[in-house]
Amino acid sequence: MQTWSLVSICVLLGVVVRWGVSLNSYSGAGKPPMFGDYEAQRHWQEVTYNLPVQEWYFNTTENDLNYWGLDYPPLTAYHSLICAYVAKMINPEWVELHRSRGYESPAHKLFMRATVLVADLLIYIPAVVLYCLYLTDGSSKKKVSTLFCFLLYPGLILIDYGHFQYNGVSLGFALWGVLALGLGWDALGSMAFCLALNYKQMELYHALPFFCYLLGKCIKLGPMGRGFFLLVRIASTVLVTFALCWLPFLSDPSEALQVVRRIFPVARGLFEDKVANTWCSLNILIKIRSILSSDSQIYLSTACTLLAVLPSSVKLLTKPTFWQFKLALANSALAFFLFSYQVHEKSILLAALPVCLLLNDLPLVAIWFLLTSTFSMLPLLLKDGLLVPYVVTSLAFLFFSLYLLSALEHCSEEELRLGAYHKMLFFLPKLDLACITRWKFYIGVAAMAGLSAVSVALVPPPHLPDLFPVLVSTTAFLQFLGTFLYFNIVQFSGPPSRKTQKKNN
Amino acid sequence: MAAPGLDGCSWFAALSLGVSLLKCLFMDAYHSTDFEVHRNWLAVTHSLPVSRWYHENTSEWTLDYPPLFAWFEFGLSHVAQHFDRNMLVVENLNYASPATVLFQRLSVVFTDLVFIFAVRECCRCVQEQKGPRDVLSRPSFVLAVLLLWNFGLLIVDHIHFQYNGFLFGFLLLSVAKHLQSRHLQGALLFAILLNLKHIYLYVAPAYGIYLLRSYCFTQDHKDGSVNWRSFSPLRLLALGAIVVSVCALSFGPFIAMGQLPQVLSRLFPFKRGLCHAYWAPNIWALYNMLDKVLAVLGVRLKLLEEAELPRASMTGGLVQEFQHSVLPSVSPSVTLVCTLLSILPAVASIWRRPRGARGFLRCLLLCALASFMFGWHVHEKAVLIAILPLSILAVESREDAGIFLVLTTTGHYSLFPLIFTPAELPIKVVLMLLFVIFSFAALRKLGQGSLLRPLESVYLAGLVAVAIACEIVFPLSPWQQRLPFLPLLATSVYCSVGVSYSFLRLYASLLRQDEKKSH
Repeated sequence: MQTWSLVSICVLLGVVVRWGVSLNSYSGAGKPPMFGDYEAQRHWQEVTYNLPVQEWYFNTTENDLNYWGLDYPPLTAYHSLICAYVAKMINPEWVELHRSRGYESPAHKLFMRATVLVADLLIYIPAVVLYCLYLTDGSSKKKVSTLFCFLLYPGLILIDYGHFQYNGVSLGFALWGVLALGLGWDALGSMAFCLALNYKQMELYHALPFFCYLLGKCIKLGPMGRGFFLLVRIASTVLVTFALCWLPFLSDPSEALQVVRRIFPVARGLFEDKVANTWCSLNILIKIRSILSSDSQIYLSTACTLLAVLPSSVKLLTKPTFWQFKLALANSALAFFLFSYQVHEKSILLAALPVCLLLNDLPLVAIWFLLTSTFSMLPLLLKDGLLVPYVVTSLAFLFFSLYLLSALEHCSEEELRLGAYHKMLFFLPKLDLACITRWKFYIGVAAMAGLSAVSVALVPPPHLPDLFPVLVSTTAFLQFLGTFLYFNIVQFSGPPSRKTQKKNN
Repeated sequence: MAAPGLDGCSWFAALSLGVSLLKCLFMDAYHSTDFEVHRNWLAVTHSLPVSRWYHENTSEWTLDYPPLFAWFEFGLSHVAQHFDRNMLVVENLNYASPATVLFQRLSVVFTDLVFIFAVRECCRCVQEQKGPRDVLSRPSFVLAVLLLWNFGLLIVDHIHFQYNGFLFGFLLLSVAKHLQSRHLQGALLFAILLNLKHIYLYVAPAYGIYLLRSYCFTQDHKDGSVNWRSFSPLRLLALGAIVVSVCALSFGPFIAMGQLPQVLSRLFPFKRGLCHAYWAPNIWALYNMLDKVLAVLGVRLKLLEEAELPRASMTGGLVQEFQHSVLPSVSPSVTLVCTLLSILPAVASIWRRPRGARGFLRCLLLCALASFMFGWHVHEKAVLIAILPLSILAVESREDAGIFLVLTTTGHYSLFPLIFTPAELPIKVVLMLLFVIFSFAALRKLGQGSLLRPLESVYLAGLVAVAIACEIVFPLSPWQQRLPFLPLLATSVYCSVGVSYSFLRLYASLLRQDEKKSH
């Protein structure tokens, strides 16, 4: 069959899975007074439509920031404004100031879900298709298989179409950035990434790799001459993009400052709820939050994050190739997730996107990580009533990615790039690392399946009410840490050899 | 180079698992009153003694399938009690707790295993071409996708809610057994199917004549005509024994209780109207349309008095008997005669020149389609009885593939009005697109070249226009209030053209094969 028909079938399947998930409940459904992320998005439509731009981020009588105040950069606000215009045309009650608080109806749910789908179809899905067709190697069948698995990644589907968010927009813009950089269009790539950054500030997790890659490329081209011109071009693109996005707020510096204060709240603690990162897991053994003061917590997490992200960034700076760039994206996002301040469990999606880019090259580890990332959000998904979509999409992803990408067949030591481990662990007897990796994968999947079943079926003992979320986040954390180390080691090993690439085809 | 991982038979497991997981995603989608129908039957068979099953009418949805299906529901109800006991209380009308929905939806997905097994058997019977071929272009792969991922089955079974996959599993398995020359097994399966849902009586003539001609008469003369002396009474006896014993198992308890007339009256209710609330795209839809057009013309040209015309309510969505205004009225016996007349040539053809199991399949197809075209109170879902067996022929012959594309696209599109809720609109559109893209691309690759004649392509393109008009333009237009059934009418009439055309072409292909052999 021709590639275009296979590609359209994959895209259509991706759409039908997304819409099938969207039939389920959303975050905060029927839970007054605060509801959840769904109500937050609806509220932002209300605020941006009815109030002037200057008041969006300020606490006024009309705009109570305690009730889901805007805490994303301006592009999210503009997106909400566009959606609000459409909402007003269909049913003005949906965005009426103050009176539409907590508005819930089947028609409104359909509208909101449709906005997510439209945004995905315009931004995220085309980026995925173009990436898989033009920046992955292999036969066309392999590219289509990668595309299908990429689109089937459960974490993003469950959060965007279940819990309700617009991660597809920010991740989509970031993906356009990666795509453009891969094709050599650096200015366009930086513009796309700036748009992503101005949509959700969490994209800062990806900022260092973009910076180091472009800077490294400029240096390689020669600091005087072409490199310098490229640097100027990129810098001016970034400045212009930022200026355009922040235009309404630049007239008054205090406004801009207020926006910054809203999107970077430093008054909160080291972590909230149960999240699969170092601090939350460490907290089980040592109660860090009580030992350290709030300021030292910030310093500690900043120091650890910088330390964790430094090796990968420096390596990328010295060797700015696309392969290094992809790995650095994964490493940077993981470093920030594991060590940063006020991390939410949904932030794992920022690490999942770069790992999706590696589905083609390192299938087994990528599939494992992507499954773990979905699993780490299980407590959140259970709270939203998304058990059935979680089970279905995870099973589908596990099975189809293993089957189509032949992950379990293509896992010799060379393909998994485990050579470096041998050098590091030279003191240990000669082990079959590929076999160990495969067994770790099986055990990991079994553990995740077991914990998922247990979280649903059993009731935790009364003196340990948070037992299952803690177990889930700790298991996920250990697997994330292992993956972080692995990707760092792979980034420092040699580039993929031509021989292994030919074998993968 | 072989695609990674797509070797051996693992692709079949992948397809089956994929479609089963997709079905699970539709659990919370809209379901029709058929959901309550089956819940009621679970309750009736579980809570009441057998003697009351066909007399019970607390709910309006009385038991109107043959007894074997009632036993099937009885078996299901034993599993249902572990999900939610309250669904088994007869008085709990329209009870639809989350556990009930979960159980019922999962039961459809599980019973589809019969269908999956049947599809695997059918794929084994397909004639493969020699030489290594990419899995995606193998006829068995294409057939598996066309059957497992059939749009009609997904929409009707897993959204609208029915057990058609389970029933079609028996039909396709029976066909597969005949294709493998295991006639007794095929007959047994068909007997079971008849006792599960009696609508399959429509294709019984094909079975009857084929088995009589090709199984009971063990040999033919050299020119293909009947060798009367090769009649084997033993075989006839075996067939009879199978059919009688299955019917006895199913109806036995009710005959013993003297309830046979009651059961039959439940199974064959003829008080309903010529057409369903929404007209199935068959001959009578065109007939009704013609009648309306003539009536309107007659009034305009002053040939008829408007007061003389009966009140128009055939499109009013009521399931009643109705009189036509200009053309003669149609009664159930007329439709029966029309149906019998229309299947006569097909059945006679396989009597005179049996072409083995594939000729039988073609005849079965024609019986199914003829009964769809001319039957009384036909539901548009019945077009699936013709579409699914045609898939087997479509992957083997170019001409059949062309007919298949026309019949399937129009038949599937005619199912659109079944799912009318806005939330499910993207699902049905996307699934339809999926099926259309795959069937066109895969069959074109198999057949090496374009399969459709220009006029057919234009007709199918017109379907898109009708779809956009009915789904998007009409709800936003001012006629929505005055003529709410206009999109149903338009869909039904437009699709009738396509279905009738496919019917005629299929008939032509059967009779042409007949003629060729006789030369």
